Amino acid sequence: MRPPLLTIALLSATALGYEILLMRLFSIIQWHHFAYMIISLALLGYGASGTFLAFVQARLLNHYPLALLINLALFGLTAMPSFLVAQQIPFNPEEILWNWREAVRLMFVYLLLSLPFFFAANAIALTFSKFNKLITRVYAFDLFGAGVGSLGVILILYVIPPLGALSLVSALGMACIAVAAWELQLSKRLWIGAAVLLSMAIAVWSEPPSGLVLSPYKDLSQTLRVSGARVIAERFSPMATLQVVENDRVPLRYAPGMSLNAGSSPPAQLGLFSDGGSMGSITRDSGDPQAVDFLDQLTSALPYHLQHAQRVLVLGAGGGMDVLQALYQDSAEIHAVELNPQVIGLVSKDYAEFSGGLYSKPGVQLHTAEGRGFVSARDTHYDLIQIALQHSSGASSAGLYSLSESYLYTTEALQTYLGHLSSGGYLAISRWIKLPPRDTLKLFVTAIDALRVAGVEEPGKRLILIRGWQTSTLLVKNGEFTADEIRAMRDFSQQRAFDVAWYHGMSADEPNRFNIFREPYLYQAAQALLGPHRQSFMEQYKFNLQPATDDQPYFHNFFKWSTLKEILELRGQGGMPLLEAGYPVLVATLAQALLASSLLILLPLVFLKRRKQSSDSSGISQLRVVSYFFAIGLAFLFIEIAFIQKFMLFLHHPLFTASVVLASFLVFAGLGSNWSKRYSMQKSYGQGVKWAVAGILLTGTAYLLLLDTLFAWMVAWPTIARAAVSIVLIGPLAFFMGMPFPLALTSLRTAAGTLIPLAWAVNGCASVLSAVLATLLAIHFGFTLVVLLALLLYILAALEFPVRSVNSV
Amino acid sequence: MKYVLLCYLLTSLMLSGPAPAGEDEQYTQQRMELMRIIEQDVRETSVHLDRETLDPRVMKALAEVPRHQFVPDSQRRYAYQNRPLPIGHGQTISQPYIVAIMTDLLKLTPGDRVLEVGTGSGYQAAVLAELVREVYSIEIIEPLGKRARELLQRLDYDNIQTRIGDGYYGWEAHAPFDAIIVTAAADHIPPPLIAQLKPGGRMMIPVGSRFMTQQLVVVEKDSNNTVTTRLILPVRFVPLTGAH
Repeated sequence: MRPPLLTIALLSATALGYEILLMRLFSIIQWHHFAYMIISLALLGYGASGTFLAFVQARLLNHYPLALLINLALFGLTAMPSFLVAQQIPFNPEEILWNWREAVRLMFVYLLLSLPFFFAANAIALTFSKFNKLITRVYAFDLFGAGVGSLGVILILYVIPPLGALSLVSALGMACIAVAAWELQLSKRLWIGAAVLLSMAIAVWSEPPSGLVLSPYKDLSQTLRVSGARVIAERFSPMATLQVVENDRVPLRYAPGMSLNAGSSPPAQLGLFSDGGSMGSITRDSGDPQAVDFLDQLTSALPYHLQHAQRVLVLGAGGGMDVLQALYQDSAEIHAVELNPQVIGLVSKDYAEFSGGLYSKPGVQLHTAEGRGFVSARDTHYDLIQIALQHSSGASSAGLYSLSESYLYTTEALQTYLGHLSSGGYLAISRWIKLPPRDTLKLFVTAIDALRVAGVEEPGKRLILIRGWQTSTLLVKNGEFTADEIRAMRDFSQQRAFDVAWYHGMSADEPNRFNIFREPYLYQAAQALLGPHRQSFMEQYKFNLQPATDDQPYFHNFFKWSTLKEILELRGQGGMPLLEAGYPVLVATLAQALLASSLLILLPLVFLKRRKQSSDSSGISQLRVVSYFFAIGLAFLFIEIAFIQKFMLFLHHPLFTASVVLASFLVFAGLGSNWSKRYSMQKSYGQGVKWAVAGILLTGTAYLLLLDTLFAWMVAWPTIARAAVSIVLIGPLAFFMGMPFPLALTSLRTAAGTLIPLAWAVNGCASVLSAVLATLLAIHFGFTLVVLLALLLYILAALEFPVRSVNSV
Repeated sequence: MKYVLLCYLLTSLMLSGPAPAGEDEQYTQQRMELMRIIEQDVRETSVHLDRETLDPRVMKALAEVPRHQFVPDSQRRYAYQNRPLPIGHGQTISQPYIVAIMTDLLKLTPGDRVLEVGTGSGYQAAVLAELVREVYSIEIIEPLGKRARELLQRLDYDNIQTRIGDGYYGWEAHAPFDAIIVTAAADHIPPPLIAQLKPGGRMMIPVGSRFMTQQLVVVEKDSNNTVTTRLILPVRFVPLTGAH
């Protein structure tokens, strides 16, 4: 019998596509970090498969073709219903701390979604065991399939909406059965093929019983509850699902932090939603400036009142509010940068008339690009760089494994923006006000650092911070603020009942007049952060204000362990909003994954130990098997995730980067696995692993040292060229990384194959833990350390290679 | 067989009929316990609230209003726990402690006329109605507004008028108001609401997610019509651990 290689490739492609799709779907119906937690835990289905097979593999292998077909069928049959049932379970993350039922619901969701992965993993692991001399080849097809699947699902999501894509993936899952029947030359393959075709047709053509069930607490759900609200346009792509909402009866109005003294309200607007979360609005522009004068009543209007801004750059243009504001302020040249081309399409085509032809007005130049990449790739200087208020969802919607990384607000990013300001130009960043202040202050420290790096001795003279009751705006000037500018800023704020929180030379009685905090927190903090006690202030502050860097791009992480106890004690008083959810959810994910993994790995260990007592085995140390596969399982994903991040700064576009890097890693690792068969044929497994690890160490270290320089040199190259360079760079590293797993797995076949399921369980669990750990480590120590740790783990793996025990037997 | 059927009918009638006296008593006890918890929380948060205790009238109002009537049946057993509860339609009934301090911060007097934007369950309106002469409440989600109206009528709150519609423009016919409470967080304060606030009046806006209030914004209009806001953290939490 020949191994069903195409089946494995197709199954692997489908399973990876399914994983990415689930992430997409859960980001729409829930929130990103919970989506991440749910999918991570569901992926433990892979680990569970190893545990399951440790018990029953022998019996299943006796009926391999049937066992394979059943698992393939179960994968195809559960893929769709698992999600459909899971989305009906009313899980509300905010209730989980006081309602144990929420935890039970969450557990159900995990279990349901882990089923398809469990069956897919069974099919792959059984094939490894059945064709244990050809593991390098089977694994090559497994990885190659996964690589194709990761790209394929992205392409599919451009033409089919997420739920339709799920039907397609289910159908492909079933197609695996027909391919397997044909590859295994089964006598009833024709009948099987016909049955599969029929069920595929049903899967693709039958309408799911319900559409997507969004959490009732998401912005879109809330907006649609109001009578008269209706979705008038919907767009989907792998980046995001967009909805435009109109309400004739109860007009939508979005004017973030508008002055209390503003006499008029915003004109008619259309709500713009990305993955069910609000991303601003499209404002009707009838050409009458008075109708949009609310734009002059926002804190973000400040820079226009200090100096006329001729050339303006708006990063994250979205529905176009900041572009309209620049037009209102008579800027002559406005560059609007938006990542999602469909957002641009909606404003510039579908609702061009509504928006008064905003994006095609004279002076407005539109760019589909990622903000920071756009700035760094050009040599243009601007009088004003305005970073729009809305939360950038780009990185998180790429989010294979990201937890709110943002390269828009790192110290290096601010340096880049400052380097592209004309003499006397401003960088303006607006944020929502939080109490106690968090992001406004972190941004302030980041600006101080960026200015200091640029050689500015007194950064305080180049900073202005104002705030209303809802928003704050920070101005960073390329030069020192003049007395005239300060006077204009004070007038602007006074007229609009905004408070001045910082300018050089302000008096202590100025900062808390209109929007009164218990203490003038922002002013006090600004003073401390600019003064000699900055370090102790930051240490004592109850939120993390450490500026984000490109190596630790977690601007949105404000969590401090030292504050956790206090916040939990305040639970009864409603203190939970003080807890910044992202980080604790990540830790909770790790804790749950650790617990489940320990069980999944310990169970087969105990089982194998008993069995060993009754019948002698090969003498291979199980501990070595566990530590080897754990090390390479962790290391593979550490490197993959860290490099997705590293290449993000080079390729700029988050989704594009994740696709290119992930697919390159998988495909080249597949080639590596296939190539490593020359070692397995000579039974020199250990030697093969040593060579591979040497290769990984060499390329990995070289990249750590050289990538930044290389990227800086090529940053202005065309996208295609940069993508090609990325593939060429990833190739060799991934090639070597594809070898340690299949070589070691093949070496275990002498142990009557009982160790193969154990290795599979360990690898499955380690992969899940790795993704979560990599993010946690990057938050605390940066991605460079994640790569270094991975290299160390590979060294450890080479030393712990289990086959040594075989040699000694 | 007939006997069994009779027993069944009698039992079902008892279960679906009015709550036995014991149940009401139980709820009253739970409400009193909740009052004790709120008092304690207020003492602990006094640094932000500028007071050690809440106005006794506010506490009395909270002790009077049967919160369990305002939550769905499935949530009734949690009605007197100090936490927000889902009431359907993606809306919640606020945490009692937050309701208490929001009501207190409005500094109401018995003759006041109050506007509420966002009736929700009707609980906040009922609490206000215990304290002032007239309460006007607007709800934008039709089924919620209807449910609240029926409930408030059933509980004999004659001084509450409700309406289903857009609260952005306030309720011009009954303006100006001594106090306004906007229960759904907004990205800006609607200018018509500021206009309908009496000089010397106060407006309260809780800001946060649908489920949890993060901070309270008190909008004050002085006798010169100058409008200022106060941002209040409703929990005992200071951002700095000590001197620096």
